[in-house]
Order: sequence, then structure tokens, then C-alpha cells
Amino acid sequence: MKMDMSQYLDVFLEESKEHLGSLNARLLELEKDPSDSSGLNEIFRAAHTLKGMSSTMGFDDVADLTHHMENVLADLKAGTLRVNSRVVDTLFQCFDRLQLMVDNIEKSGKGMMDNTDLISILGNIKSGNYEAAAVAEKELVVESKQNNPSLPGLGNEGHSFIFNDYDIAVFKEAISQEFLVQYLKVEVEQSCIMKAVRAFMVFKALEEEGEIVKSIPSAQDLDEGKFEGTFEIVYLTKNDINTVMEKVKHISEIKAVEIKELNLDSAPAEKPSGKQVQNTEESQGNSAELNSNKVQAHKVKQTVRVDIDRLDQLMNLVGELVMHKGRLEQIGATQKVSDLNETIEQIDRISTDLQSVVMKVRMVPIEQVFNRFPRMVRDLARDLGKEVDFLIEGKETELDRTVIDEIGDPLVHLLRNALDHGLESSQERVSKGKPVQGNVVLRARHEGNNIYIEVEDDGGGIDVRTILNKAVEKEMITAKEAEQLSKEEAIDLLFASGFSTAKNVTDVSGRGVGLDVVKTKIESLSGEIFVDSKPGLGTRFRIKLPLTLAIIQALMVAVKDEIYAIPLSSVDETTLITNEEIKMIQKQEVIMLRGNVLPLYRLTQLINVPGDFDRDEEMYVVVVRKGDRQIGLVVDTLIGQQEIVIKSLGRLFVGISGIAGAIVAGDGNVRLILDLNTLF
Amino acid sequence: MESTININQDAEASSDKIQVVAFQLGNEEYAVDILKVQEINRLMTITRVPRAGEFIEGVVNLRGNIIPVINLHKKFNLAPAGEADDKRIIVFQFDEMKAGIIVDKVSEVLQINADNIEETVKVYTSIDAEIIKGIAKVDNRLLILLDLQKLLGIEVI
Repeated sequence: MKMDMSQYLDVFLEESKEHLGSLNARLLELEKDPSDSSGLNEIFRAAHTLKGMSSTMGFDDVADLTHHMENVLADLKAGTLRVNSRVVDTLFQCFDRLQLMVDNIEKSGKGMMDNTDLISILGNIKSGNYEAAAVAEKELVVESKQNNPSLPGLGNEGHSFIFNDYDIAVFKEAISQEFLVQYLKVEVEQSCIMKAVRAFMVFKALEEEGEIVKSIPSAQDLDEGKFEGTFEIVYLTKNDINTVMEKVKHISEIKAVEIKELNLDSAPAEKPSGKQVQNTEESQGNSAELNSNKVQAHKVKQTVRVDIDRLDQLMNLVGELVMHKGRLEQIGATQKVSDLNETIEQIDRISTDLQSVVMKVRMVPIEQVFNRFPRMVRDLARDLGKEVDFLIEGKETELDRTVIDEIGDPLVHLLRNALDHGLESSQERVSKGKPVQGNVVLRARHEGNNIYIEVEDDGGGIDVRTILNKAVEKEMITAKEAEQLSKEEAIDLLFASGFSTAKNVTDVSGRGVGLDVVKTKIESLSGEIFVDSKPGLGTRFRIKLPLTLAIIQALMVAVKDEIYAIPLSSVDETTLITNEEIKMIQKQEVIMLRGNVLPLYRLTQLINVPGDFDRDEEMYVVVVRKGDRQIGLVVDTLIGQQEIVIKSLGRLFVGISGIAGAIVAGDGNVRLILDLNTLF
Repeated sequence: MESTININQDAEASSDKIQVVAFQLGNEEYAVDILKVQEINRLMTITRVPRAGEFIEGVVNLRGNIIPVINLHKKFNLAPAGEADDKRIIVFQFDEMKAGIIVDKVSEVLQINADNIEETVKVYTSIDAEIIKGIAKVDNRLLILLDLQKLLGIEVI
């Protein structure tokens, strides 16, 4: 029976990624704490589910690899194998391969890949400990036979079959006709040259008095000898286990046979044998069982998967609605009809709710991005020969989908920087009296309408001297300028393009393209980046991002006939000043604002508004923030605060400075949004 | 001579004749391929874009889309002429990209015989020739055919 599976492909991909994600996270935990049995259960479950899904979808190579992983994992669970670095490394390699295959499936729809290398390693790991495992298993078989004949020993290793409804129906039918459903695990001698022949003989012997329903690997693979010494069979027969055992044992070069009767009546979640009768949909029941003696780690929420395009569409529509609401408000204000105004208020309330709901729908926990970092940090630390304790905080912090998609690369840059440049080498740490293990913290949190992401290390801090020397050496600044720069300005040089302070260029970082790219990316997301550094104690990079990029609050200002929007998130305050308050410092207009010197820029001049430049006696100043600095922006009129829907100016204007985008105002005219990062 | 032949060949491929929208800029007559024209609108409020190139008049709101408007008067150094009421914005589309041009008056839709299109190099020697496809002779009139693709390539920032 061939089914068209393409419609399930998206679901498969999504879920595979989730399972791979949890696999990765648990593996890291396992590496830290090898005795963590709940982690092991999770890994087992993720691998098992992956196997089930991929074989259902026909991605046999994925299923095959996970199957062999599962074999090893089962032994780990049973305690017949110890968790050691070799095992974990191999599992990581398998994980990488799975990721690669899933990526390939996503790109090309094909997941074919030759995994024999990994499978043979897995086989070796397993068989390296085989004798002990076999003894343990046999003991269990004997024991359980005495205890409960209808539920033969499972060993601690569940078998690898996944039965669908059809299979179960077949089994039930067979049972009703007094057939026994048996599970056989046959091990061929390691020295056997023609394994395929032995497998064939087993099949032939069994089929004389029964029917083989399923086998792993498939019958075809067995014929071609594509297996690692063991194969598993589901067998329907009227003979009892001992008879079957005798039959198989008569075949030469068969090292071991294990036979169990499959009990179909046992409820999946209650008895261990439940694992034998399950398909992917039951994996939740399975997980409950696996976690039953632990606190249930992951609560399953009811969710619907929605195409992100549809959400974007919804967001656009809400955007239009908000825009027209603005227009209605304008009409209401001029017409002064009380009935109309009441209705407008209602619409306002509803559209605000609607907007916040839609925004929430688009919010994704930043976990998605963070999850891949522990592994990256682990590998990096190993490559660099540093010991790192990597801590993630606030991974449940939610962020707009559009931001999530973009934030990964900058964070990779920053983490690499922290590990490579930030943390000192182990020897250096010891000589400074610090613990050998360096700390790197990745932290996310909400604050108002912004989200902050921080990358912090407890390394040597940024050496301002080194930066200045480097900058002079690279002729970015002159030696004289270097002397005049403040510490903050010097650190800012890090973000200049073509700058790298790493003494040695490693393949980890230090190609001099890092931080300026990070800064550009963050700014393109309407965000900002800050650095704090304490010599000898460490460095902290702070990224500030808006929660969403689609609808923002803005302050509308006017200069002459033109109206502009300033994102409210960058506005600190507005104030009215008189001409006398303006002082000149080195040809720069400034005012004193509560004891601080505030440089003034006139918007008319910054954007060359046509017309005569006239000096009013009084003027409005919008105090805006650019990075850590405050700047006063002189405008003619403050119009008010407004919710705006940001639209792109289009391809023709890509890279234009000072303008972040456009909005369609309530009166139908286009207004431009000022980009404070590039305006000055 | 070569480019004349090319133009003719192109035109032949589309059955010898092309349809154009003819319009006035200053006292000169221009034309663009009608297949690229999306719509012709009355003049609307144009928002100036600071720091944009000098040939960019600004942006307009076309049913929720924001579209740049190019000022060809400045590009060709022509003084605006004609009644304010006659002025139009011709919106055209090229490769998913939309832009508008301000014209003093839209005259008519014409069919031009490919044979009547003259190579530009003979007439123009200035750099403006880049965005001019050729000169079309219709009766006693001379129409300057614009190359919209090149027009979109002009520096906007």
C-alpha cells in the first residue's frame, strides 16, 4: 500500500526538528551527568519517535540510523553499557547526521545517506559489551518466564518494531485463530561470512510452520546482507516458544536467539510491553510511561501549526485596520459627532485587542534560537582547548517571528567572540587566580516593549589599549586621535568594519568581519548593541530589540510642511526651549538639560527641508537616544503619539540614510519614519 | 548601425508594431511601451524623501503601496509646461518593481511601426541617451521612446 505522504512532510519536518532539538539538549545533559536516567529516557523517546515517523514517511536511512542508536540507548538504559565520552561522542555524531538528513529532506525531499560508518560504530559499541548484555538479558528471560508466562521477559531492551493499526488487526486475527505472536531476536556469529544465507535459513525454517509478518532490517536488506549480525522478526505460529527456539538453534552459526511472546492486550501506558505495540501517535502515552517515576518534564499543550505566511497576511490586515482606525479617529475629531466618537472608541478597543492577539500569535520563544548554542559552545570550547560553563537564562522569552529568524547569526558571532577573545586560556586563568572553568552566560529578558539579549563572559575584559594600538596600526585613527578617545569611544571602534584584535587569527573568529556585521544586523532590526567591559572581570554585550517590527508607537513631528514619525522607543522626552538657552560649543549648538549637556540638531538642516531657515524664539526639542548618547532634535511642532504600521520604501531606496521606512497616514498621505541610527 | 537593426528585430518579433503611451515633458513628446504601464493617475500628494537622489520627486501612496516617483524634468533638464490640471503620474511596473513618472500631459495611445523607430545615437550624444530607446516618427511628430528598465536603474540615493 503506497500512500502519498507529501502532505505530511511539513509536519514531519517540524516534529523531527523538535525531536532533534530535545535530543541535542538531553545529550548535553547526559554528558554532564551520566547517571541522569530521565535524560536517557528522553533521548530514547526522541530517537524512537524519530524512527517511527521517518519509517512511516519512507525515509529509511533516517529510520535505520535511529534504530541502531536506539539499540545502544536501550543498553545504556538497561545499564549493560556505561555512558562514557566515546558513546556520547558517537551519539552526537549520529545526531549531526540526522540533522543533516532532515535538512536534506527539507531541501530536496530526499533523505538518502550512507550511514554504514556510524552504524558500524554503534554496532561496535554495543557488541563491545555484548557478552555482559547477553547474560543480563538471558537472566531476565528466565526470571520473567517464571513470574509471568503470558508476558515473557522483555529484557530491558524493547524491540524496535512499530506496529500500526493494520498490523495489530492482523495479530488479533491470528490470535483468534490460536496463533501465537512471537518476537524473535536472532544473533548470527560475528565470524559468519555469509550472514545473508544464515538469515535466509532462519526465515525458511520459520516459514515452514508459520508466517513472518515483519522484520528489521527488511527482508530485502537481510537478503543482501545489510545487517550487523542481529535481526528481529515478528512471527505468527502455532508452535510454542521452545519449539521455535529449537528450530532456529539447529541452524549453524547462530550465536543466540531470544524469543518472546508479544502480548497485545496489555495497555500501552501501563506495562513495559506497551512499547511493543505503538505507533507515533501513541508516543505521548509512551513518554508518560517513561517519565512516570519522574516529575513530568514537558507538559503537552494543544497547538495548531499555521503557515507563517498566513500569519503575515493576518498581520497585514490588522495593520490596514489600524491605519483606517487612525483615519476614522481623524474624521471623528474634525466632525465632532458624539455617536461616531463612541463607536470609534469601541473600534479602538477591539482593534487594540486584536492587534495584541495577533502579535502574541506571532511570538515564538527564543528557545528556538538558543537551543542550538549549547552544542556549538561545547564544540568550540573543545576546539579552543578551553573549559567553559555555558549558562542560558530566559529562553522562554518570546520574540516576534521576524526577529527570531534574524537574530541567530549575530548571537553566533557574539558567542564565538566570548569564547575565543573573551575568555582567557586555561593557563592564563589559573595564573590570574580565576577558576579554570570560564563562564559564558546567554540571557534574554523582557523590559517594556523591548527585549534584551546579553552575552556575558568572565574573561579578561576588553583592553582599551590594545584596541587603540590596533586601530592606529590599521590607520583607522591617528595616534593623536587615539589619545583623545574616551573608553567608550575606543570600545566603539570594535564595531568598525575591518577590525579584529585577536592576536592570532583562528578559524573560530578573528577575521575582522564579526562585530561590524553584528551591529549592522542589529540595527537593521531596529535594535541597538552596547558593550560593558571591566578589565580582568569580563565583558558583556547587550542587544536591545523591539518586540515586533510591524506595528510601533511613534511620535509624529512636523518641520515646515513636512511630517515625520520618530519611533517612540527611542524618544526619552520632549521639551520646549527658548533661543537664549542655546549655547555654542565648538560650532555645535547645545543646551543644558537638568545639568547635562545636550547637543542639538535641527531636523530642518539634517534632512534639508526646502525653504528659508528661520529662527523662532521658542522651539520644541525631542530628546532621542542614539546608542548610549542623548541628542536633542529641534522640530517645529509636536503633533502627537500614534500607532503606525511600518511599510518598506521598496528596493529603490535600499540603504538610504536617515529613513527607516514609511507609513500611510490617516489622511492617505505617505509619511516617513526617521532612522535615528543613521540620521546624524 | 547595429543597434538600429536590433531594435527592428525586436519589434519584428512582436509583429512589427508596438503600442505606446505618448506624453509630454516640457515641450517635448515622449512615449513608453504600453505593456509596462500599469495605470495613469492624477497628480497626488507626493512626499519628499530626504537624502534621495535629485531625480526622485518622492513617494506616493497608491492604494496602500508606497511607490517612488521619478522626476524626468530634472533628469532631462526640461522646464515644466502646460496646465496643472493636465499633469499625471504614469505608474509602470518592471520586474515586480513599481515606479511612477510625473508628466505634463498624457496625449494618447499610439501604434508605432518598428520601421519608424530611429536609433538614438544619431540624435543624442549626451548621457541621457542611456535611458532612451529610440526616436519614433509618427506623421510629423517625433516621439522619444524611453527605456523603463534603465530608468529604474538611475541613482536614487
